[in-house]
Amino acid sequence: MAITQTVSSGKKRRIRGDGAWGYAFIAVALLGYALFTAYPVISAFFISFQEYKPLGSEYVGFDNYSATFRDPLFWKSIRNTIVYTILTVPVALALSFAIAILILPLKKRLQTTFKAIYYLPVVASGVAMSVVWLWIFDPLPAGIFNRLISIVGAPNQNWLGASGTAMFSLVIMAWLSSHGASIIIYLAALLGVDESYYEAADLDGATFLQKLWHIVIPFLKPTTLFLLVTGVIGSFQVFQNAYLMTGGGPDNATTMVGLLIFNNAFKYFEYGKAAAQSLVLALLIAGISMFQFKFLGKDVEY
Amino acid sequence: MALYRKHNGRRSARTVRNAAIVLVLLLFAAATLFPIYFMIISSFGDPVEAAAMSYSLWPDKVSFASYKFFMDFSPHSLRWIGNSAIVAASVMITNVVFASLAGYAFSRVRFKGRSVLFSMLLVAMMVPYQVTQVPLYILIVNTFQIQNTYGALILPGVVTVYNIFLAKQFMSTIPGEILECAKVEGCNQLQIYFRIVLPLSKTVLAVMAILTFMDSWNTFFWPFLVTNTMDMQTIQVGLKNFRFANTTYFSPMMAGATISALPMFVLFFSLQKYFLEGVTVGAVKG
Repeated sequence: MAITQTVSSGKKRRIRGDGAWGYAFIAVALLGYALFTAYPVISAFFISFQEYKPLGSEYVGFDNYSATFRDPLFWKSIRNTIVYTILTVPVALALSFAIAILILPLKKRLQTTFKAIYYLPVVASGVAMSVVWLWIFDPLPAGIFNRLISIVGAPNQNWLGASGTAMFSLVIMAWLSSHGASIIIYLAALLGVDESYYEAADLDGATFLQKLWHIVIPFLKPTTLFLLVTGVIGSFQVFQNAYLMTGGGPDNATTMVGLLIFNNAFKYFEYGKAAAQSLVLALLIAGISMFQFKFLGKDVEY
Repeated sequence: MALYRKHNGRRSARTVRNAAIVLVLLLFAAATLFPIYFMIISSFGDPVEAAAMSYSLWPDKVSFASYKFFMDFSPHSLRWIGNSAIVAASVMITNVVFASLAGYAFSRVRFKGRSVLFSMLLVAMMVPYQVTQVPLYILIVNTFQIQNTYGALILPGVVTVYNIFLAKQFMSTIPGEILECAKVEGCNQLQIYFRIVLPLSKTVLAVMAILTFMDSWNTFFWPFLVTNTMDMQTIQVGLKNFRFANTTYFSPMMAGATISALPMFVLFFSLQKYFLEGVTVGAVKG
């Protein structure tokens, strides 16, 4: 008893001493966080109620918000964002799942090789890839995609330049770009499925598809939910490809919320409006994520 | 891997099945790698305008004239690469140092307000960057008046919440007995951090360093906002400028894209293990 008491009193002293170390260790991180994350978030809140002027902004109440909700372009950009998300995220999930299943039976070396191959496009810079895709979508008959579709007799397309195909072109680009990370995450989850489930299913004479449906898919549900939520969050913030490849055009067919906010802020210098729209976007993303957790994550344990 | 039939005793059936699988995987690989392949082979073409040319899918010649054309576009094009390297290396070093310190403090050092502070950090991860971009821009450009400096490029990325989270996750798996022992032996927290925690966290810190470097190298948006002269731009911003200034020069554009992507390819192939590990490290739920 005496020994434990001395230990615990000694521990207390150490804890008190440790406190200073603790604060010292997080000092820089906390300062960076306060300056470059916390302050901007709070500041965004105030800016959203102001009309920004370099010398003293003017308080305008909810004007920026009401102007946003009355702006047809805002609703168009929301619609574009939703269309883009619905067309890209589920396809990305399905593709990565299928690829991960196919990689699974291969030997370890081959698995690693394929993981590396599929991860490579992730490593390349977004600007470089957008430049390359710009030429793949060349509207002239010599363009790669136009040559590809001419094989099946389809007419020449002005891919990024026509409002009918511009959004779809960005979607194709997303389909054929980096699934590397989600493939690796799925594969890691697949390797974690307990053998005994399969053995039990084998005894019952289950087929490959039955095992897939009754064992793999339920077991991978947390992974799918994780990828779905992060995928949707990422997709709602997409702006770079649209900015670099179509500039949001033609006729705002590819203007997504992220790009709209960028334009308002750094093209028209309407900081107040941009801040208001960014906070609406943040709420929207938070709402959708919560909805996904609530309705899809019911039986997922963490 | 008993999801698949084992084909015991029928090796040929298994070989055929695996060959079919590899074929499908290779087809998909070809589709996803095509843009990179197209970029590299096209960069060796002549720097002529692309009017009515046809793209060859096979490298018919190897000429570095397009690379020269791209580099001659601006007197600062070499500096772009240097700037990218300086910014990415600085951000990498500060992140590894400060995120690991904070991660250790948040996981292993007891101090008042620890969990409140940490949950404050976590909340920030859910805020989309669109929210912070305008105030951050005003802060750097109007308040600090440091636009067009390395400070403007580096400071906002000095330590990311994601990296702190990553470090904390890993360091909370270090067995407590080891740290207790060190304390009993009379180590203070700084000594514990340097002599025990850092050596044990080598892998996760390597992963963090590489992913941070890559993110910083590839980032376009922030450098684009806070630089306004060519000599301070990074390679990504420079490539974007080239693309809008020379819209018809196909091969030089591809050469520029290759220059901006190649360092990351080299890094990837030499440190592949850490890249691939990084994906799953980050995805583990907290």
